[in-house]
Amino acid sequence: MTIKTIFPMTRIHEPMKVDVDIQNGKVVNAWIGATLFRGFEAMMKGRDPRDAALFTQRICGICSTAHAVTAAMALQQAYRVEPPPNGKHLINLIFAADMIQNHLRHFYLLAFFDYVKGPDMAPYMPRLKGDYRLPQKVNEQLMAHYKESILMAARAHEMLAIFGAKVPMAQTIMITGVTERASSEKIVAYAAILKEISNWVTNVYLSDVMTLADYYKDYYHIGIGYGNMISFGLFTQPITGAYEFTPGIIVNRGLVSKLDLSKVGEESRYSWYRDEQQSRSPMEGQTIPDRDKEDAYSWVKAPRYGGQCFEGGPLARGWINGDYRRGVSVMDRIVARALETQKVCRLAEEWLQQLTPDGPTIQPFTPPQDGDGAGLTDAMRGPLGHWISIRQGKLQHYQIVTPTTWNFSPRDAHGIRGPVEEALIGTPVANPDSLIEVGRVIRSYDPCFTCAVHLLDAPEDKLVLI
Amino acid sequence: MITRREFIKICMSTAVSLSLTDQLIPLVGQAYAEKKALKPPVIWLELGSCTGNSVSLENAFNPSFEQLLTDMLDLRYHWLLAAEQGDASVQVMLDTIEQEQGNFWLVVEGSVMTAENGRYNEIFRRNGQLITGLAAIQEFAPKAKYVIAVGDCACFGGPSAAHPNPAGAKGVWDVIKTPVINIPGCPAHPDWMTGTFGHLLLYGLPELDSYHRPVMFFGKTIHDLCQRRQQFEDGIFAKYPGDQGCLYKVGCKGPVTHADCPIRQWNHYINWPVKAGSPCIGCASPQFPDGLMPFYNHLPDIQTPAVAMNIKKLGESLAILGTGAVATHLAAGIFARRIQKNYIKGTKPHEPTPPENLEQVKQELDDLIRRQNALMTEAKKLESSKPVHKKRFIKRVTDFLHTEDKSGDDSQ
Repeated sequence: MTIKTIFPMTRIHEPMKVDVDIQNGKVVNAWIGATLFRGFEAMMKGRDPRDAALFTQRICGICSTAHAVTAAMALQQAYRVEPPPNGKHLINLIFAADMIQNHLRHFYLLAFFDYVKGPDMAPYMPRLKGDYRLPQKVNEQLMAHYKESILMAARAHEMLAIFGAKVPMAQTIMITGVTERASSEKIVAYAAILKEISNWVTNVYLSDVMTLADYYKDYYHIGIGYGNMISFGLFTQPITGAYEFTPGIIVNRGLVSKLDLSKVGEESRYSWYRDEQQSRSPMEGQTIPDRDKEDAYSWVKAPRYGGQCFEGGPLARGWINGDYRRGVSVMDRIVARALETQKVCRLAEEWLQQLTPDGPTIQPFTPPQDGDGAGLTDAMRGPLGHWISIRQGKLQHYQIVTPTTWNFSPRDAHGIRGPVEEALIGTPVANPDSLIEVGRVIRSYDPCFTCAVHLLDAPEDKLVLI
Repeated sequence: MITRREFIKICMSTAVSLSLTDQLIPLVGQAYAEKKALKPPVIWLELGSCTGNSVSLENAFNPSFEQLLTDMLDLRYHWLLAAEQGDASVQVMLDTIEQEQGNFWLVVEGSVMTAENGRYNEIFRRNGQLITGLAAIQEFAPKAKYVIAVGDCACFGGPSAAHPNPAGAKGVWDVIKTPVINIPGCPAHPDWMTGTFGHLLLYGLPELDSYHRPVMFFGKTIHDLCQRRQQFEDGIFAKYPGDQGCLYKVGCKGPVTHADCPIRQWNHYINWPVKAGSPCIGCASPQFPDGLMPFYNHLPDIQTPAVAMNIKKLGESLAILGTGAVATHLAAGIFARRIQKNYIKGTKPHEPTPPENLEQVKQELDDLIRRQNALMTEAKKLESSKPVHKKRFIKRVTDFLHTEDKSGDDSQ
């Protein structure tokens, strides 16, 4: 048994430790652990519910609006209020801009340098030792696109700020809409940037991804995993409420079936939490940190659906919606993400046309004293859910299940590996000191541990801090 | 080479077509060429955070973030960007710290987790041992030339330290003795970061306020610079967020938040919260978030033993009330503010934390009394003076109150 450790895993969001057992040039076992604990859900308790959208965004700097949107959805249900159609469109447009930004940054800033040689300077040097296969000319071309991509991602954030005021941590999303107005001048500004980005995505991003896929064809056979997919759905239409990306699950690349939320459970056998129960429904989650727990190796809990592991993200959405069904692998994830970016650009264009210039985007409301709600949608990298209950005008219970917990969960009580741990099995390793291949598998999932490290409903009286 | 004064002027004003980085890079390039500055080796440590400040810096514009890395800083370690991974990337950091001792910059993003001796946040491995963020900061900071905290978490604990703060999150300056430059904001504006870096490169330490924030960006309140300020003066208030008018009554924390968002704006100077109809939530404030929540409730009316008054009326009523009443309130406020650190109404049962350091409180009280006496003297002088002076005095009083009363509702 040769256990190799990567810590920190770089070019991802937040600290993560990977241990892999390598035998005969292949990964035969893997353990993935998150090493930061913040405890956001406990912080939500007792706060004014209206603050949830603004506060929960602070969980994550790369997908902040996903949390704002989800929190607003949960509150809408709890308060039985709805934004006007214009407001719903603006929320979609804000979210879409963030998604485009995230996907561009994932490919060019994070995954890119697993395949492309950067310039000979920090932070691109030192680089991982391994098989960089691109001819120099192609490499240079892609590096030129890398520079453009940074501007494009910043442009996407600029587009978001038109209606979101600022980003990361957009500020205009409220329960009943968006505080910014949809004036024709703003719509035009958004449309102009969108046009620019959408052309760039089609002409440059997609072609770069395909170039990469050509040179690294074997990565269509690496990082396969269970083949189980999950999505909570994404982008609802203002009037019909229909999803642009439908929710659903796929077991072992089979047919798409309906999502049954009662089957979701979280386990913490190998997580640094004390719990006498094996699995808990998210509604009755419990979290008592115990950093000294034996065998545990992660701050992430292990969400399971019907006891099984599921993968979320653009590839999962692609499979469930029939947009992308080529396969399940490292390269498929990267390609599916690029194609999704293109689809999101197209959707945003449609919504822009449906906006009524200067129509109302928000409506006043009186907060009721009590209510319960769940906001379920997909963030960039997988299913995201906020469950809340409000009593006497204050948040009584707040619970968040994030995408990265699905993808990067540790083992559960049955010793079943989490999705990415499983996907690592069989990964060929040329040089056990470099582990470039392991990095490629992990980064294809767009890991983001800022949101993963969370705390399930911690009632004040039960919370024991050591 | 431009003078420091001109540089600060550039930082404080933003032309619509140009970005700050756009103006900075040539200056820095010139300084490098004239050998007036060297590209500083930078270690960027991310602790208990959300990566929001790195993402914000990536939004630096024209030239891009990439050029910023190429032309301005020598970013030796930042795990979001390092091409290497694991021990090899850490080695670069450790080598830099050893070879560039007293020369490298330590930028910290995210708050320091102190629970269980920092074990709630492990950030790398050295000789097979897991190293906590707390240990790393305490070890590296004394060796750095500058320690720069970016974002509200690194500066003051921020959202990571919100009640009940299960991981014991703290601002960097709470755990080390080395001086820290604080660039707050949730996230920090890219200009605030690049502008401060630029000043450090070209002229050394910028002028800092008592919270160690660069005065060039945090010298005035949002309220002072706000486009909706006139509506505040005219008494036109928005009834709900998104409405026309001053957002003070729907929760704007502009009067107690020092930052230049109104003139700078965000994301390539496109927009900012108040312009977009959303009240400022005070994310650059040391009391963020607990002291400023609920975000949509307006700043507490200030309770004095005599009467409740809001900030607008404060100036007028001060003379009637007599300064004594206000003084009592303020003295109480100082304790309340300390208690308030992890407290907002409703989130915590009534169990005030005792002030952590009596000496500190005493000093703050002394300081407060001194300033108050100065105000009282001025108030007496004012009784017979012209309205113009009165206005200026009222401004001073409000400013004074704003600094002392950043707490949410402890005064009620």
